[in-house]
Amino acid sequence: MNKSDTSTLAPQPGLPTPAASWHDRKGLVQIGLLAVLLLAPLAAYFLGHIYYVNLASRITLIAMAAVGLNLAIGYGGMVSFGHAAYFGLGGYIAGISAYHAFDFTPVIGWPLTVPGSDSMLAIWLAAIVLCGLLALAIGAISLRTTGVYFIMITLAFAQMMYYFANSWPTYGGEDGLPIFLRNSLPLVDTNDALTFFLICFGGLVLSLALTARIMKSRFGAALTMARLNDTRLATAGIAPYPVRLVAFVISAMITGLAGALYADLNGFVSPTMLSWHMSGELMVIVILGGVGRLYGPLAGALLFVMMEMLLGGLTEYWQLFLGLVLLFVVLFAKHGVMGWLAGRERHD
Amino acid sequence: MTDAVLSLANLNKRFGALQATRDVSLDLRPNEIHALIGPNGAGKSTLIGQIAGGIKPDSGSIALTGRDITALSVAQRARLGLGRSFQVSSLAEPLSVKRNVMIAVQALQGHSFRFWKPVHRDESLLAPALEALERMQLLHRADTPVAELSHGERRQVEVACALALKPRALLLDEPMAGLGPEGTARLTELLEALKHEVPILLIEHDMDAVFRLADRISVLVAGSVIAHGDSAAIRANPQVREAYLGD
Amino acid sequence: MMLFIEQLINGLQLGTMLFLMASGLTLVFGVMGLINLAHGSFYMVGAYATALATATTGSFLVGLASGIAVAAAVGALVELIVIRRLYHRPHLDQVLATFALILIFSEGTRWLFGSSPLWLNPPSQLAGSVTLPGGLRYPIYRLVIIAVGITVAVGMYLLITRTRLGMRIRAGESDREMIGALGVNIARLYTLVFALGAALAGLAGAMVGALQSVQVGMGEPVLILAFVVIVIGGIGSIKGALYGAILVGVVDTLGRVFLPAFFRQFMSPSEAAGVGSAIAAMLIYIMMAAILAFKPKGLFAANE
Repeated sequence: MNKSDTSTLAPQPGLPTPAASWHDRKGLVQIGLLAVLLLAPLAAYFLGHIYYVNLASRITLIAMAAVGLNLAIGYGGMVSFGHAAYFGLGGYIAGISAYHAFDFTPVIGWPLTVPGSDSMLAIWLAAIVLCGLLALAIGAISLRTTGVYFIMITLAFAQMMYYFANSWPTYGGEDGLPIFLRNSLPLVDTNDALTFFLICFGGLVLSLALTARIMKSRFGAALTMARLNDTRLATAGIAPYPVRLVAFVISAMITGLAGALYADLNGFVSPTMLSWHMSGELMVIVILGGVGRLYGPLAGALLFVMMEMLLGGLTEYWQLFLGLVLLFVVLFAKHGVMGWLAGRERHD
Repeated sequence: MTDAVLSLANLNKRFGALQATRDVSLDLRPNEIHALIGPNGAGKSTLIGQIAGGIKPDSGSIALTGRDITALSVAQRARLGLGRSFQVSSLAEPLSVKRNVMIAVQALQGHSFRFWKPVHRDESLLAPALEALERMQLLHRADTPVAELSHGERRQVEVACALALKPRALLLDEPMAGLGPEGTARLTELLEALKHEVPILLIEHDMDAVFRLADRISVLVAGSVIAHGDSAAIRANPQVREAYLGD
Repeated sequence: MMLFIEQLINGLQLGTMLFLMASGLTLVFGVMGLINLAHGSFYMVGAYATALATATTGSFLVGLASGIAVAAAVGALVELIVIRRLYHRPHLDQVLATFALILIFSEGTRWLFGSSPLWLNPPSQLAGSVTLPGGLRYPIYRLVIIAVGITVAVGMYLLITRTRLGMRIRAGESDREMIGALGVNIARLYTLVFALGAALAGLAGAMVGALQSVQVGMGEPVLILAFVVIVIGGIGSIKGALYGAILVGVVDTLGRVFLPAFFRQFMSPSEAAGVGSAIAAMLIYIMMAAILAFKPKGLFAANE
């Protein structure tokens, strides 16, 4: 079960202490990753490099989306190839809500009036709830299948969302939908790059803490058993299906919230956020970082965006090299960045 | 018949042309070990599948403590008190022995949708799990990953998992398979003591163990129960000798 | 009515192309247990090779033959270098490695040939239209595509039921251990099957490339449709791929034409166009979800 990582450095009483130095190392790596992510944009901000602050926000949000996906793939063993559906839906909720708030038109006029809103709190709530509902519907059907069928059907549902957004003209169709004014929060100025970064960072830390906590709980124990051996779980008297479904829904909620913030970061949402390339990239980030490692998505997102920036600066065909790196990682370095930095994961 | 803990009535299951289970009726009473034996291909696995819930019978019914469970899922049956061990070990290999057993305790308590309290500090899960391990004389292995256990130890963990469910009836699928003489002797002793707590339906290949342990024996051949009785009666039964013992 | 028949034939044409893609995918999954996202890249490779060879030699037929050959060769090469390391890996690894291959193929092609599409025209002999019974005028080339698709379907059937290779493929589908025990050179069989799948994808890419345009990324929408096809048909089943392909081709084509018209009956034309096309775009996915909700392993599940 304890796939989840504690950043506690001291061994806990009552638990075996396999390699205390390993605990130290993992804790240090985790704190180091967070520190880099927090301090680099702070420094950039005070040196006046706003570009890097926004870049850090981007890394943070992609990492957060991947934290959500990691809950499904890494902890739940559900290889979802369609998490772009939730990422994009979150983005569209931010975009559509802002669009109507800007226009003073209702989002829905009938049977009850739902006004647009430029309040991030309302948008986040809507993104979490609606992504959860979408995942409940998609998961309820998809989790009846296993293996390749599950991969394919989650992909197909995401494609369904993609094509829908692409051909629905009201919100820009394939051109996407701009968010002219970044949505707002009480008391703070979300247009300030650093403030917005800190909001994103808070979201990431919260989703990491939530994942860690969940995976240590009874639910986490059941989910881990569902992944490792679902026959054992059923024989113990716990039906695996609802356990998986709930984990899938939580996973989509985290990814959806990240998507809502991502649209606000870019001031724009388009079907690209729903595309299968997006789903693939999120998977790649989870794998690059290390599947089922709590901080894997963060390490993966850092690596991914850094590669994009560095290689992208050298050649416009940087994805060719991304492909080669990815191929290498999958074939030869199965434990990802976290496996390399922090050692192999152990269960207690 | 009325005091049976587990009873099968007229079970039938057909796969295409193969009648895997033919009109099987048997019961399990308190304080007994009821052994089910039969040559390979007799339909034991299919029958176990139907009892545990993985396979749905074409007709017939299964009752646990008087309640019809024929239509229930594997998990539902387990919650009603049907514990089982598997022929092929079905434990989560990377997890510690303790964690494997704790899942059963958690299931028994019925609170798997709790997201907050860490399990490793949860005495209500840990204590019963350790108790079940102690019964199987495995306490010293509680923190060992299952992957590092011997074959025999895994069998014992399987039984401990089933015990942690506080079952009303226990279904053990070849628990002796692959155990050395010493392991077999120890498990025999454990089962002997256990049967007064929970009756056991024992599927077993090791005939010595069966004849020593079983209060009653049913013999399954080609999907049907061809004989039924205590050790002496089964040993003496000419039909069994012909079909099963091969003389 | 005429429109309906015309669209039905269009759907059939899309279906036969999808079958060419889907049969390779499903064969590779059925025999090797591999999920290959890079299948769309062979489609693209076939189209590019055909376009280049046709431009050089001036003969579409030579171009087509080169396209198929190059796709098969690239497929065999990819199998030897990458794919064979993936057979015993979890599906997650297969998805990621083949996703990486897509990136490599797409960006590599863009690097070599640029982002603008290449032009490939159907041969002039097949350029016109014919009048079908009932008076419908229909382009010859599209009919040829259907004929090629049917020929391949029949060929595949004969290959699998009548030949030694087919026997091995069937043995591999039902029991991967068994076939090794029979002394068949599995490594070579796998390379052959993979190359065959790639060749069919290349053929599809070349035929469609002449109809639309030859460009980077052309394989991806077709790949996803082909996945829908094999999921509906039952992964690993050639028969399922055939029925699934035709079902998807026809439903998708008819939906795009007739759904907007349907919604016009009770909506304003612009609204109807929007709603109709949005729903039409989702139609096959809805169909897939509905089928899987009842048959989680598809219509003709193999390996059961």
